[in-house]
Amino acid sequence: MAARNPGVEFDPSWIQSVHVNLPATKRRAEQLGIRRTVKKHYQAAWELRAVTCIDLTTLAGDDTLSNVNRLCFKAKNPVMRELIKAMDVEDLGITVGAVCVYPNRVADAVRSLKAAGASHIPVASVATGFPCGQTPLKTRLEEIRLAVEDGAREIDIVINRQMALTGDWKGVYDEVKMMKEACGEAHLKTILATGELGNLVNVYKASLVCMMAGADFIKTSTGKEGVNATLMVGLVMVRAIREYFERTGYKIGFKPAGGIRSAKDACTWLSLMKEELGDEWTRPDLFRLGASSLLIDIERQLFHFVYGRYAASHEIPMS
Amino acid sequence: MASSTPAQPSNSIKDVFKSLQYGPAPEADNVAQAWLDDHDRSFGHFIDGKWIKPEGRKTYQTKNPSTGQTLAATLQGTQEDVDLAVKSSKKAYESWSKTPPHVRARHMYSIARHLQKHHRLVSVIEAMDNGKPFRETREADIPTVIRHWYHHAGWAQLMDTEMRGWKPVGVVGAIVPWNFPLMLLTWKVCPALAMGNTIVLKPATYTRLSALLLAEICSEAGLPPGVFNVITGSGQMGSLLASHIDVDKVAFTGSTQVGQTLRRLVAGTGKKLSLELGGKSPVVVFESADLDSTVEGLVDAIWFNQGQVCSAGSRLLVQESVYSKLVDKLKTRLTHFRLGDSLDKSIDMGAIVDESQKKSIDEFVEDARREGAEVYQATSCIPTRGCFYPPTMITNVQTVSRVVAEEIFGPVLVVLPFRTAKEAITLANNSMYGLGGSVWTENVSLAMEVAICIKAGTIWVNSHNMFDAAAGFGGYRQSGFGRDGGKEGLYEYVRPSWESRPRPSDVDLDLKTFGATIASRPTLSNGTKEGEIPLIDRTYKMYYGGAQKRPDAPYSRPVINPDGKVVGHVGEGNRKDVRNAVEVAHAAAPGWGKRAAHNRAQIVYYMAENIEIRREEFATRISEMTGKSMEDSLREVDITLSRLFHWGAYCDKYGGSVQETTLYGATIKIHEPVGVIGIACPDDYPLLGFVSLFAPAVVRGNTMIIIPSEKYPLLALDLYQIFDTSDLPGGVVNIITGNRDHLTKYLAEHQDIQSMWYFGGIEGSKYVEYISAENVKRTWVSYGFDRDWEDTEQGQGEEFLYHSIQVKNIWVPMGDVFAN
Repeated sequence: MAARNPGVEFDPSWIQSVHVNLPATKRRAEQLGIRRTVKKHYQAAWELRAVTCIDLTTLAGDDTLSNVNRLCFKAKNPVMRELIKAMDVEDLGITVGAVCVYPNRVADAVRSLKAAGASHIPVASVATGFPCGQTPLKTRLEEIRLAVEDGAREIDIVINRQMALTGDWKGVYDEVKMMKEACGEAHLKTILATGELGNLVNVYKASLVCMMAGADFIKTSTGKEGVNATLMVGLVMVRAIREYFERTGYKIGFKPAGGIRSAKDACTWLSLMKEELGDEWTRPDLFRLGASSLLIDIERQLFHFVYGRYAASHEIPMS
Repeated sequence: MASSTPAQPSNSIKDVFKSLQYGPAPEADNVAQAWLDDHDRSFGHFIDGKWIKPEGRKTYQTKNPSTGQTLAATLQGTQEDVDLAVKSSKKAYESWSKTPPHVRARHMYSIARHLQKHHRLVSVIEAMDNGKPFRETREADIPTVIRHWYHHAGWAQLMDTEMRGWKPVGVVGAIVPWNFPLMLLTWKVCPALAMGNTIVLKPATYTRLSALLLAEICSEAGLPPGVFNVITGSGQMGSLLASHIDVDKVAFTGSTQVGQTLRRLVAGTGKKLSLELGGKSPVVVFESADLDSTVEGLVDAIWFNQGQVCSAGSRLLVQESVYSKLVDKLKTRLTHFRLGDSLDKSIDMGAIVDESQKKSIDEFVEDARREGAEVYQATSCIPTRGCFYPPTMITNVQTVSRVVAEEIFGPVLVVLPFRTAKEAITLANNSMYGLGGSVWTENVSLAMEVAICIKAGTIWVNSHNMFDAAAGFGGYRQSGFGRDGGKEGLYEYVRPSWESRPRPSDVDLDLKTFGATIASRPTLSNGTKEGEIPLIDRTYKMYYGGAQKRPDAPYSRPVINPDGKVVGHVGEGNRKDVRNAVEVAHAAAPGWGKRAAHNRAQIVYYMAENIEIRREEFATRISEMTGKSMEDSLREVDITLSRLFHWGAYCDKYGGSVQETTLYGATIKIHEPVGVIGIACPDDYPLLGFVSLFAPAVVRGNTMIIIPSEKYPLLALDLYQIFDTSDLPGGVVNIITGNRDHLTKYLAEHQDIQSMWYFGGIEGSKYVEYISAENVKRTWVSYGFDRDWEDTEQGQGEEFLYHSIQVKNIWVPMGDVFAN
């Protein structure tokens, strides 16, 4: 695993030199899905890779131990055993990338994974007043510390949109830097909530600011905004990651989240990572897909690959 | 179907899981193969709604360039076949041209629908025959084709209202290239059929299948026999088609060289001609651009269709401050470029159309290498078999290099730095071509100004190579003339309703002696009768650069009235006078072009005002010089006044429009000036003829050199006092007197004149058209036929506007809002 990003000094001139053209970015994003495609066993292999990058997520008010527990067992066995066997990939030990829950459910998740014999799967927790971030900084930071204490190894924070929208990028930087400190050893994923940033230039700037402040991952959305993980937004963020890498040598991970439901989408996202950043960025240490229902579709595609017919949803173990 | 991408050493699911490699993703070709089998892989011509396979013809085996596989045999047509096809189209023209617009629209609509139904088959055939990626034929070529049929079904429907005053031309001979076989032929066929013409098409040698398939589809859709005929054959057969006596219009897309040959071939025949030729289109990147998007734009600009695009963005001009950054980004981008079989759906680029083309590309690149250029090629992506050439980027080259100046027609980009916007524009325009170009910046003011300043028919802002039926495509300079698409494209397939096809008699034109002249020498008689008091000698100077000028060589010619009396002398202009006048006309052009339309109108109205004051004087002069009655002469002056008002009115009403393309944004059509125009006036109507020609040109922002009526030049020279008092800036209208053909010769030969209008004899008309091939200038000639200058249709029809402007389309995508 690459060296963690320690962050760099806040550099306002870097932020000021950002240019993003929406129509041209959109055109490239639309091309990604039609310039590359994978078929047959290549497709199956890509879908398995996508599974390993999933942050299997439940973020609901009615989450309790029982559904978190079910989620964790599914996280360890994301693809039906018979399919894994038929594809001859048992020794790959395929699991999802992480389990993602609210802070109050972190302890449940940690215990459940242990019970499933899958403590190696990290628990990620959203934090800092997710999804809106409209709570005092003090409590937001405290939330991180508590989640980490409960065993979260990854923290998905939301950035301060009020500061971003009013151009206080130094303010965003300072807050994220404090959050990074609060994370300690836990990996920091910064959610930009791109759907609330107004334009793509802000998306690029927010990406840069978070990386400067020490983010390990940058993430598109909470899944609660009007517009979630579109390829266009993803493209802007990975281009920022590329630029940050070129300037500092640090590799930052990327996590699109929200609205990713089909196996085809997942493969296109992988292709985006491969094309724009290279193969290194297609593995779970630098790429995650935040999703809840995606896994079912992938399993159905794999079922079709193995048996040549489509499975009903109810035949797939739910998470 | 086997893929031509290199075989992976191992590709079990487990291996691919670890490597995340791409695999073959072939589009099925079974339907396309079945279609070829239906024809026993052997095609004839498609004439009169039938397949015709005359005996004894040579054949050409068409191949799939990405596999080398032979697809089918096609015929090499002969004169006999051309005759048969043209005869069929001529016959079909009788009924098709009289078919009501609505019925023509229905036919075209039906073809659009049928093409949609066969979208996949057509896309596969096109990809296989040409080597271009199926992704492109499916996503770009064929959708554009379908869109053209729909769009032009509309023009057929609206011809009577939108094209009032125009009528079809007759039989069109179309010759198209191999780079977008179906798309480019559609650009000819659609407007031709919509306007009531019939057409004989010759597809390119390498790529004949889609044209033949289209003919079959048209037939299936119910298009009457003979309206659209397809004959296959060599380039030589193309010449036979173009020179066929019953072809009334030649429409060509292809190389500048062949375009020039065709221009010479049809010179003096009275046929209409449109040429869409080569290019070396600039991609201008400013430091204010989104560089990552620019990289993808360059993929569209130069690596679309293997760079085999007339408007390929092959000259990258980058602001020095971001030069290295962009070059590095491009190199990175090319590291994951994928080449492969045209039917593979996971490739960026397909095969080059033919080995000979690949060789030509390679020669250019090797030439640059020898010059010391840095050649960057992504060679790792080259498949082991098939006709492939790597995406190539050349740096450390300058304007003097062949790869910078000439069209390569392959996936080769040259990169040059610039310092300022002004220098970027100069570099962009430092080319004999003017087809397309793109501007990359987030500064909209800069983008628009640069778009206006680049001399090219299409400018894309923050994008490149977007096409649509509603926007005309075509060139400035040696990229040709005429437009394909949009309303502007329709004019290439119509002629004014009052005019019949000129059929000038064939003249033997001696290029060497045309326009040779010997200036007049003293004679014993000056026409003054015995006992009369001699008139005060009047010797008129020429007028250019806003001042009266003596002829370069002090020769003059007498102007003689119908009574044989010398009424004055005018200068005998020569090539140096032409040279000087062209210089000043160019100096005046930028300022005049930028003048506010309102101001140009004021000047033209003011001219009318000033002539009105001297109405009687002008009429008397006309009468004295030409022997016309005073009544007729007064009418000529009065119509002249009305004509000035007509064109004054058009100063601010013909600037262009917004095109309704599929772009989200604005596609802006601008009617730009043609440039510097040479005008040779007719002999009759010394005042009205002159004004009818200079006024439309002047109101649309052109500058000009005019040869006034050779017989009666004095009226025009009287006008320069009017110009001076009407605030017309110097250099806009320049008058050179002398022998019309002698001066025409030097104007038509001049490579910095953008258009030549010639109202004179057959021989001169042929000369102008022939010699204009050299710099592919536009021409407008009378072939020795007179027109009635008093008539409003003939003397001030829309035709005059058509000749006074050239269309530029600027594509401005919009968008910044994507969420809350």
